[in-house]
Amino acid sequence: MTETITFKLNGKSTTITVDGDRKLLWVLRTDLGLTGTKYGCGRYLCGACTVVIDREAVRSCMLPVREVRGKEVTTIEGLAKGDQLHPLQKAFAEHGAVQCGFCTPGMIMNAYALLLRNPKATREQIIAGMEDNLCRCSAHQRIVKAIESVAAR
Amino acid sequence: MGKTESSIAAKLDRRDFMKFVGGGLVIFFTVESPAEAAQGARPKGFGFGGPGGGAPPDVNAYLRIGEDGKITVFTGKIEQGQGNMTALAQMAADELDVPLESVHMIMGDTDLCPWDMGTFGSMSIRIFGPALRSAAAEARAVLLEMAAEQLKVDKGRLKIEKGVIYSGSDRQSRVTYAQLTKGQKITRKLEQKPAPKPVSQFTLIGQSPVRVDAIEKVTGKARFTGDLRFPGLMYAKVLRPPAHGATLKSADTSEADKYPGATVINQDGLIAVLHEDPEAAEKALDTIKAEFDVPESTLDENNIFEHLVKVAAKPQELERKGDLAAGEKASATLFEAEYLNGYGAHASIETHTAVAKMEGGKLTVWISTQTPFPAQQEIARTLGMQPDKVRVITPYVGGGFGGKSTGLQALEAARLAKITGKPVQVSYNRAEEFFYDSFRPAAIVRIKSGVDANGKMCLWDYHVYYAGSRAAEQFYDVPHNLMRTYGSWMGGGATKAHPFATGAWRAPGANINVFARESQIDIMAARLKVDPLEFRLKNCSDARMRRVLEAAAERFGYKPAVGPSGRGIGIACGIDAESYVAEIAEISVDKGNDIKVRRIVAAQDMGVAVNPTGAIMQMEGCIMMGLGYTLSEDIRFKGGKILTANFDDYSVPKFSNLPEIDAFLVRNDDLPPKGGGEPAIVPVGGAIANALFDAIGVRVFQMPLTPERIARAAKNA
Ligand code: FES
Ligand code: FES
Repeated sequence: MTETITFKLNGKSTTITVDGDRKLLWVLRTDLGLTGTKYGCGRYLCGACTVVIDREAVRSCMLPVREVRGKEVTTIEGLAKGDQLHPLQKAFAEHGAVQCGFCTPGMIMNAYALLLRNPKATREQIIAGMEDNLCRCSAHQRIVKAIESVAAR
Repeated sequence: MGKTESSIAAKLDRRDFMKFVGGGLVIFFTVESPAEAAQGARPKGFGFGGPGGGAPPDVNAYLRIGEDGKITVFTGKIEQGQGNMTALAQMAADELDVPLESVHMIMGDTDLCPWDMGTFGSMSIRIFGPALRSAAAEARAVLLEMAAEQLKVDKGRLKIEKGVIYSGSDRQSRVTYAQLTKGQKITRKLEQKPAPKPVSQFTLIGQSPVRVDAIEKVTGKARFTGDLRFPGLMYAKVLRPPAHGATLKSADTSEADKYPGATVINQDGLIAVLHEDPEAAEKALDTIKAEFDVPESTLDENNIFEHLVKVAAKPQELERKGDLAAGEKASATLFEAEYLNGYGAHASIETHTAVAKMEGGKLTVWISTQTPFPAQQEIARTLGMQPDKVRVITPYVGGGFGGKSTGLQALEAARLAKITGKPVQVSYNRAEEFFYDSFRPAAIVRIKSGVDANGKMCLWDYHVYYAGSRAAEQFYDVPHNLMRTYGSWMGGGATKAHPFATGAWRAPGANINVFARESQIDIMAARLKVDPLEFRLKNCSDARMRRVLEAAAERFGYKPAVGPSGRGIGIACGIDAESYVAEIAEISVDKGNDIKVRRIVAAQDMGVAVNPTGAIMQMEGCIMMGLGYTLSEDIRFKGGKILTANFDDYSVPKFSNLPEIDAFLVRNDDLPPKGGGEPAIVPVGGAIANALFDAIGVRVFQMPLTPERIARAAKNA
């Protein structure tokens, strides 16, 4: 059913008129042109579609878009402040935590929420918190190091 | 420049070509790869798809120094995560003495780049790299010649710094690359190879700058195929059969026809629903009532091996030395074993995707592919179009590992765009991705080996089914050795052995070959009550192999012990893409027979490392990915029906599986760069299987080494 949904997207108030059953992932990727958030499995199994909603990491692939009404959604496109990369983005680039880069937006958004909750996360907590984000290029070692380097600050 | 211009370059239609590439200095070059040679001549009409045309047909790539002094490398290779975009730019920049940022890579565009067979086999740096460096050296020589003329000094006195040529120490007498190339239209074809810089003069090669694609990738700006947006873009979902080999009996699309906004296409066996919302396309597709004839088959992941051996192709000799009968006679102890590995998926996080767009009789197709030129050829053939009317562009590829060489989705997008006249995207969902994957084939290795009274290997009778020869060549000293292959990973030979498509998977066939050989070596060492490292060194005189084995042992802090020692330490080594690698794994096994890999030390000799950190990243990735084929990944199927549909029934390595990985390079600057994207994956299975035996005295002969298999083997032990 078509409905009007207002929410905050990457800091800007956004209003869309869509079928509220549609999944946030596809509304972001098609209607809103934010293609940084990726599809990998569609079943909560890979984390490629992770965005942050009200400071929590959420898989957008199965989330009906009406659920974001009145909430604050941050996607990978909204993480940098202008040209100023977020420390996690910098750390991923500098630690070589990026290979093909397809899992990267989901990884960074998941890590972002993790550190919001627990800014001093330990290695064990990082590993546990990132567990359900898959990286087939298998850059895990460097992803953990990148997140650790930000958590240590 | 008349006197140095090569005759071939003179034959080019330079005007057209230069208009097309935009002036400056262009060096064409050719890369001869063994794989290419094996495939024979390149197809006619695909020498160069560009509208300007005119590049010599035997050219694979070219390098341009534009009128602005900027350097662009045009290559059909693609970036799929392995970092070749950065490493190749580094090579060109180093040779030309310009900063890395001055080099721009144009990759995998069939209109802009000359023909290339594809990106696989760890060949970008190893085989393409040297040719690129030579081309850059040639460009540098031309520029120096021009500068000498302009500055009126002897060539020998010139110095280059960051794209500026100085006359000796006179900082005033200078000319930039841009000044030299301005208004020029020079083409050269690299004929004799000028000597590129020696290792001692490298400035960028051997460094590890941040990857050139990193910023785009961490900000979400990097465009993968599925991220392309065009006005009027339609998302297509295609009706899929329930099993390979199934045939469509009937399809009722009447509900889909009525679905708001949906366009249903039903042509020559292709039934698809197009919609501007991908979810709606999927929903509309679900309303189609289709009936298929599904062939009966009892084959599954358990009985497939028996079937495969039964229908195997005639053997081909891979290696023959001495005489098996003599080897058997010389043996004091004989060992016989069979090793198995099921089907494996590539499971890139990006699924196969393509977008096609028809404009004025020209079809452009963006594809997540490792092989843009073969794809162009296939699309042209399927659609009955002239090759120069089909352009394939390869955006960033979200992981390939050998799996993005085939692509039904590209043909479908192309057909649908041609039929509808609209831009069309076809992107597999995860279930389609598993269904249409070209799996790493199930494979079997049978070995009979023998050791003489002095503990020296004297017999190696090796049979490999469906994995081929990669990494199988025997580097241990065995006087009597016969190795035979029955079909390869490429399609399994003449017989239609596999119930579905198979193909290359990161280091194709090598993983089972190394798992089998290195397990067999350990079995012999344990029976002779010799430490497995000592046994290897005793039977191997290959200096590069000894060096990586010793380096890994030293780094690991390896203490000799006869297996099973209870410590859970295992060794394996191998050669792949001309690189040597040795790995030592340390594991523990819990009560439920679950293996936890605690640490892996890996030593690799890959000749000159162009980007050492990049190379180590690849090694780490190989090791982590290797845990998957070793411990958990196995495709389940019933005949042509693929039961594995998503990541919940195909478990790839996750963060909690991450061992402490200590990967390092054993320097060898005497050799040009060797492969780096695959070698370190090949010993993972063997090292862990050997560590399992060392931990609990149980030998498992089939990967993945699942808890069930370990329990079963323990019971039978
Ligand atoms: S696409 Fe959402 S979890 Fe995989
Ligand atoms: S970098 Fe390729 S999937 Fe993670």
